[in-house]
Amino acid sequence: MTEHPMITIEGARKVFDVSSPWLERVLSGQPPQYLVAVDNVSLTIGKGKTFALVGESGSGKSTVARMVTGLLPATQGRFEIDGHNLDTKHGYPRALRRRMQMIFQDPYASLDPRWRVGDIIAEPMRAFDLVPSRHEEQLRVGQLLKMVGLDPADAVKFPHQFSGGQRQRIAIARALASDADVLVCDEPTSALDVSVQAQILNLMKRLQKELGLTLLFISHNLAVVRFMADVVGVMYLGRLVETADVETLFSAPRHPYTKMLLDAVPDLAMTGRKRQPVQGEIPNPINPPSGCTFHPRCPLAQDLCKRELPRLKNGVACHLADQPVA
Amino acid sequence: MSVPVLDIRNLHVDFKTRHGVLHALNGISFSIARGEVLGVVGESGAGKSLTGSAIIGLLEPPGHITGGEIYLNGARIDGLDFESMRHIRGKKIGTIFQDPLTSLDPLFRVGEQLIETIRTHLPLDEKQARARAISLLADVGIPAPEKRIDAYPHEFSGGMRQRVVIALALAAEPDLVIADEPTTALDVSVQAQIIEVLKKLCRERGTAVMLITHDMGVIAETADRVAVMYAGRVAEIGPVRSVVKHPQHPYAQGLMGSIPPLDQRPSQLQQIEGSMPRLSAIPKGCAFHPRCPLVIDACHQTQPELRASGESFAACIRAGEAA
Repeated sequence: MTEHPMITIEGARKVFDVSSPWLERVLSGQPPQYLVAVDNVSLTIGKGKTFALVGESGSGKSTVARMVTGLLPATQGRFEIDGHNLDTKHGYPRALRRRMQMIFQDPYASLDPRWRVGDIIAEPMRAFDLVPSRHEEQLRVGQLLKMVGLDPADAVKFPHQFSGGQRQRIAIARALASDADVLVCDEPTSALDVSVQAQILNLMKRLQKELGLTLLFISHNLAVVRFMADVVGVMYLGRLVETADVETLFSAPRHPYTKMLLDAVPDLAMTGRKRQPVQGEIPNPINPPSGCTFHPRCPLAQDLCKRELPRLKNGVACHLADQPVA
Repeated sequence: MSVPVLDIRNLHVDFKTRHGVLHALNGISFSIARGEVLGVVGESGAGKSLTGSAIIGLLEPPGHITGGEIYLNGARIDGLDFESMRHIRGKKIGTIFQDPLTSLDPLFRVGEQLIETIRTHLPLDEKQARARAISLLADVGIPAPEKRIDAYPHEFSGGMRQRVVIALALAAEPDLVIADEPTTALDVSVQAQIIEVLKKLCRERGTAVMLITHDMGVIAETADRVAVMYAGRVAEIGPVRSVVKHPQHPYAQGLMGSIPPLDQRPSQLQQIEGSMPRLSAIPKGCAFHPRCPLVIDACHQTQPELRASGESFAACIRAGEAA
C-alpha cells in the first residue's frame, strides 16, 4: 500500500489543568496540578480500515478521539486526515469537516429530544448546503433511514419513540448524511444490550464495506474490538503500550498489560484456561508511577521499569517485551 | 433435598397505569439452594431487576405482586408488612447494586455505615462491631482495613467501593445475596477481581446468590445455574454450562450467538431480528414468537410452560431444535 494513510496522529499530547481555584491555591500554598491525559500517542489508519483503541476508563481513549476530531484542542501533536492538517486555530478545512463525523456512546444524549428524526438526520446536509431543495432532502433522509434498517416514515417521529438500538441507528444515519467517510465511534455499543449490539455491529460492518468508511473505533470491550478492528492500539494511562493487527494482538499479545486485559475477560467458552489473576488497579493519573506506569501491577517488573519509561518500539512499549514469563 | 434458601413460585407483578395494566412479570418460578449461585440474564426490560425488587419487597408503586409466592428458607415473605420486611433485608437478604457510589452515603465514613448495619442486625457492642467491620473489609480484600475503615466513600476507587458494598451486604451473614449488575460499572480488570471476591466469600459462607446481569461472560464465570429471562418470563433455566454451550430456547440460542467471540472472528454476528416488545404490547402466546426463527402456528396461541429439554428447562414447544 503506497497511498497515504487516511488518518495520521503524531505525538498527540493533552494536559488538563486540574489545580484548585487560584485564590485557594495561593492561600494554602499548593502548587498547580496537571493531569496528562494523553501523552505521545502516534498512529496511522489506512483508508477503509478500522483502528480500535482499547483500554480501561481514564486511559485516554476518548481524549484521543476528541482531539483528532478537533472537538478538544490538543496540547501538542499533529493531526492529519486525508492530507489535511488540523489547524489549531481554524480546525480542519470546511471541505474535510463534512467528511468526518462522530458516533457517541449514549444515543439518549446525542439526539435532541425536541427535534424530529428527519430534522436530526438532515441537519448535517443543511449545515454544509448539500441538498438544493426540501424535497430532495426528504428523499435523502428516507434513503439514509432505509440504509440503517429503519423505515423512511420514521422521519416524522421523535427520538423518544425509539429504543436505544434504533436511536443508535439514527445517530449512524446522521453521521452518514453528509457523505462522511471517516467515522470516529466512541463506545458506540456499550450502552446497548448484547443482541442489539450484534445488530449495530453488523450494520456498521456492512456500511463500512459498502461505503468504504475509515473508522477510529473506541471501546473497552475486547470481544467487540476483536470483531470490528483491523488494527488495535492498547492504551494505559494516556500512552499507547501496544499496537498490532487484530489477529496478532489476540493470538500473541506482547505487553504484560495486554496479556492482563485479555486474561481478565470472563471466559465464556469455559475452557478452564489458566489465567494470571489481575493485580491492583489503575493508579491516579495526576500522580502516575515513575518509569513505566504499569510497573506496580506488572508481574515482570524490574528495577529498570521503575526508572525508565519504555518507548513504543516495534509496536510495544515494554523493556521486557517478548521475554519469556519467569 | 433440603428446603431451598429462595423459592419463587409463579410470581406475577403488574403495574397499573393510566393506559391499562402492564404485566411486568408473568409467572416467574425458580429456586436457589444454599451455597448456589443462580445467574439471571436477559436484556433491559426483561424483568431481571424487578424480580430482585419483588423479593426484597421494594417494588416501586404502582408495581405490586398480583400472584404467586416467595419463600425464604421455607417461610413465606411476600405480603409481609414493611416493618417485618425491614428485618429481613440486611439480616437475611443482602443486596449489592450496580453503582457503588449511590449505595454508600457520601457523608458517613464507611466504618460508620458498616457498624450501623452490623449493630442493627447483630447483638454486638460498638467495639465488637468495629472489629467485625475491620475483618469484613479484610475479607473483601481492602488493604490496611484498620486505617481505611475511617475513610469516606469518595476516598475509595470504584472497585474498592464495590468491595465495601459487598462487605455491607455480607455484614449480617445473610442467607441470600441479591447482586444486581454488581460489576457493570467497573473496568474489566477490576470486574474480574470483584467476581472473584464475591464467589469466594459466598462459597465460604454457603450464601445463596442471585446474580442479575446482562453479561453472559460474568455468568459463565460465576454461576452454577442460569435463568434466561425474556419479556417478564423465564425462557430457559438450567446448569450454566449447558445453557451456554447448548441453549435450548431459540431466544437463548440467539442471545448466545450475538455475543462476539474472543477466540475467532466471524464475518457476521448472529442477530435476533427486531427488538424486545414493550410491556404494553407483549404478543399473545409465546412472547418471543414474532422474532423467533422456529415459529409455528401453535406459538401464536399458547404460552408454553417450562419443560425439560436437554439438561435444562425451556419454555418453548420446539425447544431443543436447532435454529
